[in-house]
Amino acid sequence: MTEPLRVDRRTTIKWMLAASAAMGLPLPAAGTAPSPGAKGYGTDPNLVRIYKPGELWPLTFTPDQRRAAAVLCDVIIPADDVSPGASSLGVVDFLDEWISAPYPAQQADRKLVLEGFDWLDAEAQRRFAATFAALGPTQQVAICDDICHAATAQPEHAVAAKFFALYRDLTAGGFYTTPVGMKDIQYVGNVPLPRFDGPPAEVLRRAGLADT
Amino acid sequence: MPFISSAAVSGQEYDVIVVGSGAAGGQTAYTLAMEGARVLMLEAGRNYVPETETPMFQTAADAPLRGAATPDKPFGFHDATVDGGWQVPGEPYVNTSEEASGRFDWWRARMLGGRTNHWGRYAFRNGPYDFKPRARDGLGLDWPLTYQDLAPYYDKVELLIGVYGANDGLENTPNSSPDVLLPPPKPRVSELLLKKRAKELAIPIVAAHRAILTQALDHKNTPAQLHPGSPNAQKALAESMQSRAACFWATPCGRGCSIRAMYQATTVHLPPALATGKLDILVNAMVHEVTLNERGLASGVTYIDKTTGRPGRATARAVALAASACETVRILLNSRSPRFAHGLANSSGKLGRYLMDTVGSSVTGQIPALEGLPPHNEDGAGGAHVYSPWWLYREQLAGKLGFARGYHIEFASGRAMPGMGTAAGLEWLTAGSYGRKFKRDVRRYYGSFIRFDGRGEMIPNENSWCEIDPKVKDRWGIPVLRFHWKWSEHETRQAAHMHETFAQIVAAMGGRVRGEVIADGARAIAPGGSIIHEVGGAVMGADPQHSVTNPWGQTWDVKNLFITDGAVFPSNADKNPTLTIMALAWRAADRILDLMRRKEL
Repeated sequence: MTEPLRVDRRTTIKWMLAASAAMGLPLPAAGTAPSPGAKGYGTDPNLVRIYKPGELWPLTFTPDQRRAAAVLCDVIIPADDVSPGASSLGVVDFLDEWISAPYPAQQADRKLVLEGFDWLDAEAQRRFAATFAALGPTQQVAICDDICHAATAQPEHAVAAKFFALYRDLTAGGFYTTPVGMKDIQYVGNVPLPRFDGPPAEVLRRAGLADT
Repeated sequence: MPFISSAAVSGQEYDVIVVGSGAAGGQTAYTLAMEGARVLMLEAGRNYVPETETPMFQTAADAPLRGAATPDKPFGFHDATVDGGWQVPGEPYVNTSEEASGRFDWWRARMLGGRTNHWGRYAFRNGPYDFKPRARDGLGLDWPLTYQDLAPYYDKVELLIGVYGANDGLENTPNSSPDVLLPPPKPRVSELLLKKRAKELAIPIVAAHRAILTQALDHKNTPAQLHPGSPNAQKALAESMQSRAACFWATPCGRGCSIRAMYQATTVHLPPALATGKLDILVNAMVHEVTLNERGLASGVTYIDKTTGRPGRATARAVALAASACETVRILLNSRSPRFAHGLANSSGKLGRYLMDTVGSSVTGQIPALEGLPPHNEDGAGGAHVYSPWWLYREQLAGKLGFARGYHIEFASGRAMPGMGTAAGLEWLTAGSYGRKFKRDVRRYYGSFIRFDGRGEMIPNENSWCEIDPKVKDRWGIPVLRFHWKWSEHETRQAAHMHETFAQIVAAMGGRVRGEVIADGARAIAPGGSIIHEVGGAVMGADPQHSVTNPWGQTWDVKNLFITDGAVFPSNADKNPTLTIMALAWRAADRILDLMRRKEL
């Protein structure tokens, strides 16, 4: 009975976005606030469909921010012999979705993230006379080492350390929820089983529980 | 048509109107309809169909914001609850205190099936002590019934909904009758390690009791056992039981279950009740008042049809309120008349009094012994397979603990499906690693955490209650509740004891506690309402001066008005209330049927 109503609301959002694009309306000012009037998914969204970043509210990274986001993503989760780097798995789109979301927690994160990008660039200019994205790995590490651990960071780096911790959490959340990320940490569930057998003997042995 | 419109309701004469469709409303309507009564169920939220609406295999990456919680979906995007939360748009409530310690935050789930769609499926029985707590330690209120009075109904509910667990025969933790429980699932490695190490601290860890089918129900014998002499009911139940699948050990239970392997009112109570043809359901009907006839009996209810905003009226021989403890109280307080100037069925002045939640506090530990284990599927029954029932009854009664009532422990552990929290907040273990080292750290720590959730008894007190706010109304013009809340030291000390105990268990497992072990109980305790076990407000009792209903949930003042939800609880044992709500509702419905047969209603 209420199904048509729910479809209507989603359709409305799409129409609104499509209409503003078609009419050549200016895109929301990026870097300051999420697009004015952007709405959340409401208290009764369709739970079974698959969503992509940008569908429910517009993404707002500028090209420079997008570049900075990708570089920092891959500093935190680079390619190794198990899995690729975060930016190759759409994590930048997810980060953009996150900081563009019209919810209070995400709007607070938006401020920290965008100001964090600015801080990184300012720090890179101060130390190496280049943007953070343009630095080599050794130079990037020199900056990140100062802000990667909030508990031991210098007082002048407190806010930057808070930014780095948040950015690492978001990047990791974006990465380890993808099929590739799940495979990296060897999550093997989410498949129907005929029985639940409990831990294999090898697991029990390794945990010192062979006698249970 | 079982789902009917407002227009179809008016002019119909039902035997019973049931307000609410969750554990209480579902059970009340089920028992009544299965035994032949004509029932109208009113639900304030929309229809909800778990078979088609449950995100069963979706991953976090399929959801907006990787499924993270938002004000629109407080337990995350894929959680079953729609149109629900501690804040519901257009449905405010008021707190007299803005301090966290003086607030009660009220969870609502405006949808068919209410909060049974999302709950944790913990289905514990109250024990004998839990019905006579005042007789045991002089505090709180006794129930006007005993464990023996309710035991047959616990058996019936467990047989109907399907509960896994074991009969461990522990103190105040009753066994079920033989062949009632389903076999519990095998413990995970973390749960086995817990069990081994907790034993050294004399803390028991046994199979959890959860309303999940670990095997198919006995559709051949159970229907006749539950509904002797009612062939229609037996047929409807047999068909419903046959169409419920056993758990296939995947997808978190909080999302609901499209294969109906666990209890939700929408998949267990309503299908067989609807199949009898005796149950009509009107959704989007926000009940405002219970109406009275000239003889002072309940004649029905008024409601707002949320799809049109227009008022409606339904009539019946009896009314059963099962709208959730606080909503039921609100309806009664809003049902004022010259005869009941202070709210219907409130001649005792106890309506709204003795509001309770569960004491909650949590600690997370990281356990090196669980690092680097070979990958294996630990999804299991979508939640814990074991738990710790309260174990310090003797020490407590001897006054050695400094607080009067106990708690049980729930656990969350294992290599769960990754979400936003899986690799977050690791700095305390990694010294802030990033890069390739961070990736190695995430692999190392994944699956090595255990969260301990204490769930403890709150003693009813004179400072925790609700009333109608004199000014504020909801979007339909219905006056809203105003809450007053205060914990006693029995609760705050218990919360501190939880922290101390969980830290001991983590240490015994060779692990480390994340964050602070909080010794100040007032800081350790979760705010009122956050555990979503609201009970009390219209307590049952032995006499009309001190209680709102008799032992069957029948109001003392209006004999054809019943309360069949948690509002009647005179105490809130550490055992999660859902199973007891259902057992009481079944018993109340039996009483209604009996009185109707005797023409007393």
